[in-house]
Amino acid sequence: MTTKLLPLDEAIRRFVPDGASIALGCALEPLIPFAAGHEIIRQGKRDLTLIGPISDILFDELIGAGCVSRVIAAWVGNVSEGLGYNNRRAAERGQPHPIEIVDHSNYSVGLALLAGALGVPYIPMRSLLGSDIARNHPDIRPAPSPFGSEATLLVPALHPDVAILHVQRADVEGRAHVWGGLGICEEAALAARGVIYTAEEIVPAETILSDPNRVLAPAMKTFAVVHVPGGAHPSPVQGYYNRDHAAYAEYHEHSRSPEDFAAWLQEWVLGVPDRAAYLGRLGAERWQSLAAREPRLAAPVDYGY
Amino acid sequence: MADYTPQELMVVCAAREIRDGEVVFVGMRLPLIAFALAKRTHAPEAVGLFENGLVRDTPSRELLLTMGDAPNILGAEWATRTTALMGLLAQGHANLGFVGGAEVDRFGNLNTSYIGDRAHPAVKLPGSGGGADIASLARRLAIIMAHDRKRFPARVSYITSPGWGEGGDWRVRVGLPRGGPAAVITTLGVLGFAPETHEMELRSWHPFTTADEVRASTGWDLRIAPDVRETPAPTANELRIIRECDPQGFWTH
Repeated sequence: MTTKLLPLDEAIRRFVPDGASIALGCALEPLIPFAAGHEIIRQGKRDLTLIGPISDILFDELIGAGCVSRVIAAWVGNVSEGLGYNNRRAAERGQPHPIEIVDHSNYSVGLALLAGALGVPYIPMRSLLGSDIARNHPDIRPAPSPFGSEATLLVPALHPDVAILHVQRADVEGRAHVWGGLGICEEAALAARGVIYTAEEIVPAETILSDPNRVLAPAMKTFAVVHVPGGAHPSPVQGYYNRDHAAYAEYHEHSRSPEDFAAWLQEWVLGVPDRAAYLGRLGAERWQSLAAREPRLAAPVDYGY
Repeated sequence: MADYTPQELMVVCAAREIRDGEVVFVGMRLPLIAFALAKRTHAPEAVGLFENGLVRDTPSRELLLTMGDAPNILGAEWATRTTALMGLLAQGHANLGFVGGAEVDRFGNLNTSYIGDRAHPAVKLPGSGGGADIASLARRLAIIMAHDRKRFPARVSYITSPGWGEGGDWRVRVGLPRGGPAAVITTLGVLGFAPETHEMELRSWHPFTTADEVRASTGWDLRIAPDVRETPAPTANELRIIRECDPQGFWTH
């Protein structure tokens, strides 16, 4: 058995080089790999291309920390609070440096990754016709269907260098169980060259293999598995903890100016060595207040024969 | 003084757009409550689609700040991939979709991307999310907006989510398969679109304002629908349900 279990800092060091394209936040609002994003910031990665649908505030943090040169996304901001100030500063004033923005919708970025997952150069779609997203996009092209007269837009495949996905549980061999709304996690995992899973729990392989339908992608796609309890905070993880709405409001307030954001970054990212220390800073009372309050177990399924 | 907030009336107006038995692409913010309100009043058989990959035939039992909050997943009738949900939308399964925006123009085009020049925007807005897909592909579109002259320019500087384009048969000409805006629910009134021209027109003003105030808050010479009237106020039952859904008034105050 080969183990893919790595500490978070080593996984980021090995699989997220400067200049890499990384898919993040692929489940939309839940399961956002904040701990991995914060380690990327601590290691001072540069010139990253971020790929994602609705990234919530993780993209805003990475942009503000100066890690990003290009964003391929449908939405960058703060879902429950509104705009992302770092995204605004980068796009409007080139602070801390300019970023290239490649606009998508949730459907078109999902289709770009699905095309990558399917091993085809593009997928046609009938969304975004007449929009400026399509008109200004560097790669999306109009083409009539060869099988009829319908107008379509061709969405070219994306192949991220790495997808970083937070999951409920994984085994050390690189298989993960994830549940809830899946967003574009499956497409990202299959389209990427490889996946880093950060997991709430590392479980025996037998646990994962007992329910193969719940496995997101095959282990051949896995670069690394990292044990990071609380690694998605402040985003929610079904069955583990709820969304910390207040943290999004606090971030919104503390990222209004570059100086405010620098202080926030020092307090919550640069000034803490790892996620355990981050949760310590959050405080036991607040962390426990977010915990799932009652188990709601699914009925077991029978794979017997 | 009305005993409800503009946002509460907007939730009521949004819920009234949902017909019983319809499939609704719910979206973000006020429509999260409007779906719950419709389910508990006149549209018990409505089904909600959420682009993070959820189908629900019951409303969430707690207030949602995002569609991905844990209470929205418990009790879902399907939890799946975004592309699967968008595929249903693309096939035409969604009777109604909701979107919001920073700017909406005379033909219901929405901008949620850039105010000003795209290369050097005065304001960089978050972007489409799923909004452009809902606007492209739902059978009917309901737009939720704060109403002022800045947010209602004659023409948006960037079309994130296509409405009726330049009016008339624009959607057919650009190849969109169906749909188009049917209603614009704002802090001041409810607007619709004239048949044929697809130009926005005032259908009703909210009880705490006037048609003249709505026109003064709009960045072009807004037409008035022939059957314009005052927006019917929320009923006591509607307000009770909204306040049960949002007891702290996070979205509705």
